[in-house]
Amino acid sequence: MALAFDEFGRPFIILKEQEQKSRLRGLDAQKANISAGKAVARILRTSLGPKGMDKMLQSPDGDVIITNDGATILEQMDVDNQIAKLMVELSRSQDYEIGDGTTGVVVMAGALLEQAERLLERGIHPIRVAEGYEMASRIAVDHLENIAKKFEFGPTDLEPLIQTCMTTLSSKIVNRCKRSLAEIAVKAVLAVADLERKDVNLDLIKVEGKVGGKLEDTELIYGIVVDKDMSHPQMPKRIEDAKIAILTCPFEPPKPKTKHKVDIDTVEKFQTLRKQEQQYFDDMVQKCKDVGATLVICQWGFDDEANHLLMHRNLPAVRWVGGVELELIAIATGGRIVPRFQELSPEKLGKAGVVREKSFGTTKDRMLYIEHCANSRAVTIFTRGGNKMIIEETKRSLHDALCVARNLIRNNSIVYGGGSAEISCSIAVEAAADRYPGVEQYAIRAFGDALEAIPMALAENSGLQPIETLSAVKSQQIKDNNPNFGIDCNDVGTNDMREQNVFETLIGKQQQILLATQVVKMILKIDDVISPSEF
Amino acid sequence: MAIDTIFKDEASQEKGERARMASFVGAMAIADLVKTTLGPKGMDKILQSTGRGREVTVTNDGATILKSLHIDNPAAKVLVDISKVQDDEVGDGTTSVVVLAGELLREAEKLVAAKIHPMTIISGYRMAAECARNVLLQKVVDNKADADKFRSDLMNIAMTTLSSKILSQDKEHFASLAVDAVMRLKGSTNLEAIQIIKKPGGSLKDSFLDEGFILDKKIGIGQPKRIENAKILVANTAMDTDKVKIYGARVRVDSMAKVAEIEGAEKEKMREKVQKIIGHGINCFVNRQLIYNFPEELFADAGILAIEHADFDGIERLALVTGGEIASTFDNPESVKLGQCDLIEEIMIGEDKLIHFSGVAMGQACTIVLRGASHHVLDEAERSLHDALCVLSQTVNDSRVLLGGGWPEMVMAKETDELARKTPGKKSLAIEAFSRALLAIPTIIADNAGLDSAELISQLRAEHQSEGCTAGIDVISGSVGDMAARGICEAFKVKQAVLLSATEAAEMILRVDEIISCAPRRREDRM
Repeated sequence: MALAFDEFGRPFIILKEQEQKSRLRGLDAQKANISAGKAVARILRTSLGPKGMDKMLQSPDGDVIITNDGATILEQMDVDNQIAKLMVELSRSQDYEIGDGTTGVVVMAGALLEQAERLLERGIHPIRVAEGYEMASRIAVDHLENIAKKFEFGPTDLEPLIQTCMTTLSSKIVNRCKRSLAEIAVKAVLAVADLERKDVNLDLIKVEGKVGGKLEDTELIYGIVVDKDMSHPQMPKRIEDAKIAILTCPFEPPKPKTKHKVDIDTVEKFQTLRKQEQQYFDDMVQKCKDVGATLVICQWGFDDEANHLLMHRNLPAVRWVGGVELELIAIATGGRIVPRFQELSPEKLGKAGVVREKSFGTTKDRMLYIEHCANSRAVTIFTRGGNKMIIEETKRSLHDALCVARNLIRNNSIVYGGGSAEISCSIAVEAAADRYPGVEQYAIRAFGDALEAIPMALAENSGLQPIETLSAVKSQQIKDNNPNFGIDCNDVGTNDMREQNVFETLIGKQQQILLATQVVKMILKIDDVISPSEF
Repeated sequence: MAIDTIFKDEASQEKGERARMASFVGAMAIADLVKTTLGPKGMDKILQSTGRGREVTVTNDGATILKSLHIDNPAAKVLVDISKVQDDEVGDGTTSVVVLAGELLREAEKLVAAKIHPMTIISGYRMAAECARNVLLQKVVDNKADADKFRSDLMNIAMTTLSSKILSQDKEHFASLAVDAVMRLKGSTNLEAIQIIKKPGGSLKDSFLDEGFILDKKIGIGQPKRIENAKILVANTAMDTDKVKIYGARVRVDSMAKVAEIEGAEKEKMREKVQKIIGHGINCFVNRQLIYNFPEELFADAGILAIEHADFDGIERLALVTGGEIASTFDNPESVKLGQCDLIEEIMIGEDKLIHFSGVAMGQACTIVLRGASHHVLDEAERSLHDALCVLSQTVNDSRVLLGGGWPEMVMAKETDELARKTPGKKSLAIEAFSRALLAIPTIIADNAGLDSAELISQLRAEHQSEGCTAGIDVISGSVGDMAARGICEAFKVKQAVLLSATEAAEMILRVDEIISCAPRRREDRM
């Protein structure tokens, strides 16, 4: 195979021989790929649901991450296999698109692969399987549309939104105070949301963390928190009605970008240069003062002299503020980022009600709070917790909750959670399967079975009898023709997810099914794996 | 192509029971390591660094021990982290928090072996922690209103904290030092204002609190050694050559004469600067940066005390203490705030000369001078004192106080035990386990003191059946005693932080069912 002949009948080599490359072909390739995909799914399977377990990940540098978030686990895993990398990509794209359900999508893809393997063993061509999956996914997505509920919320009635965020948070370690965190997430999203355009820019929500305190101390700040302090220890720690000059030029002598040299060869030149230099600092500070600024926030450093002059003129200043934070401050305070002192003008200043410095614990950690801004559409969620890992995990969980709230504002359709949507889809897909002539029928039916993997995993993780519970719920759904029955993970006593207030977003679910199907199709179509050997 | 190749070569993966075992074992090993340092009769550890010089640290402070360990077990790292946070947040209880977390995991291991799901254990632990916290909240004493009582509370807390450290011999002395220092802060938690200077020599008892400010620097030669009614200018400015800061400027001359001219100009510039500084009407000048000989000479001529190279902290503190501002330009003397103090003099501590500022305007700052036989002793003394200062400054803000000597643990254990009896379901087993883990702390304290812990704990438990009991372990006499009468106190904030972060950490480790370690990053051998 690797040998071909050119038009003169001379052999030439397309692919180097086996010792350089390892190669798998045909059914072997598919099987190997499927088993790799399944292996990844198996790792995540136990993290699913409110009773899911966490994974501890050790990075190459020895740092420890403890998490339950599928996308994070996969990202931190040192994956080498190509197919496994595809699964990692899958979870990441779910994370980018939706932000939640990153575990579910991988588990679903794993289940689809598992079903595909069985079909392949029965001699069904992979392409037929892929096509069958495609049809089935279309049925499932349409079915989701049918069972989805619109739900109404307004600026005054936040309860439904909070409930949905709580569903997301209940699977994380922070579920101890999910209520308050969900409220924070919803309020944060609503603060930055543009309800008319149904758009939310999550960049406006900054999630900051600081170790210490307890989870309950996590708070939402209508403003910006910057992990910086005043440049001079004796500057005021609290400024009311601040007018903020946001600068991206350093309080330092100018550094022209063109190469130049200033030659000093006489005493006069030396003295003028010195005068100029002093004048320069004075001008810089004076300009800020003249436009009426009461606080200077600068992206760059200050020269000692400039620092003192600022202090002297009673102009508090903050230095080394990062670019992203600077932008957020500019948005929040309604100011403009000014690149040169000459361009400062009163209307370019940002306004904030209170700027204060707050210190924490026994070390000299200080943070700068900028609150009551002119434009309240930039908020900060400030998380506290017992240790670094909890803080990191809280941040990730909040990110998921924020994404969910955003998705709901974009599209207020929901489906019920707890695996109920999957079971309902599975029923619909299986019912539809019989109508398809041809081999695809098998694939469609297999898709229906694969959908049950999620409720099954949920039941398993919650310590219930998986098969028993699943079949009970399924028969209940068919009998009552009610798609709201799901797995009762928390042992509340009812299977009706509407009563339990467990929601998920419609687009999240649809996206899960579509993404998983796409990846599985891609994997199934591979019939030849060529990888360079190790050395 | 087998399944197990989805990871890179050296990455490892542990699952289910094995993973849980690995994390339990790691966490318990850490807890056992620091266990023996707990309590007034706890032992110290010697730590030897792997760096050059093989420096040795002798310590009893949990956070310090754990910080210096090289740990490979991820679960152990979680415990190290909580101890570090405890240190940063409240300063004390760094050992207790690790020991409690370790005990919680030890109990959890037994429950897991008895086929109870980790999630059930976690929910039980959560209930128990909540209940324990509530009972502590009920039992706290708040003496903020009564100044005398509050001070005696602070003294008691400081003594209790110090009693487990190297300073226990002179704990009264040091407790009063710490309390005085913290009271001067007037409620701020800014411990930077308290400076600790370590000078080897003498004994620990010779340590003292100085109301003024001591700067570990020498006075320039030929300058006055003693100034009354000092006016101090605190500065951060270059006093060496005062370079031209404009980028790209350089001196290019074509003859020696010009070099001399420029040099002259430079000198002139410096002279002007010095004149400006003198123009502030000062008699003491403290600079963060170096002062070269030339300006120093000028200062000496003007009869001004010039101190060079005071480090950044020193400058900030001095500015804080004397109420001056840190100046970098000297063009308008009338608006620069000068620092003031009644007397600056050179004093001797041991062999070293230090500069002493007394009668400072702002009474907030003070200096504690520690004396001791060796550097190791001094380092440990500093750590102990730091712990005490942290706890005290936190207590000044949150003045709720509890009794010590294992009393809070007994109270919490009793309450959680009762909760366990009332709770139906498997959770009650976890709650019971929580109560046992709490009891482990007084047990360890007693064990470390070489006492019969089983006997003492059972006695204590019997005592605690009665309402309003104040009994705890008196390690000194080796019996159960009345903690209120012996004045053994602990700050509520410390206990609460220990309880909450230990539970959080245990919970986090329990939730793990899989450990994936990446291949360690390769470092080039620098041999």
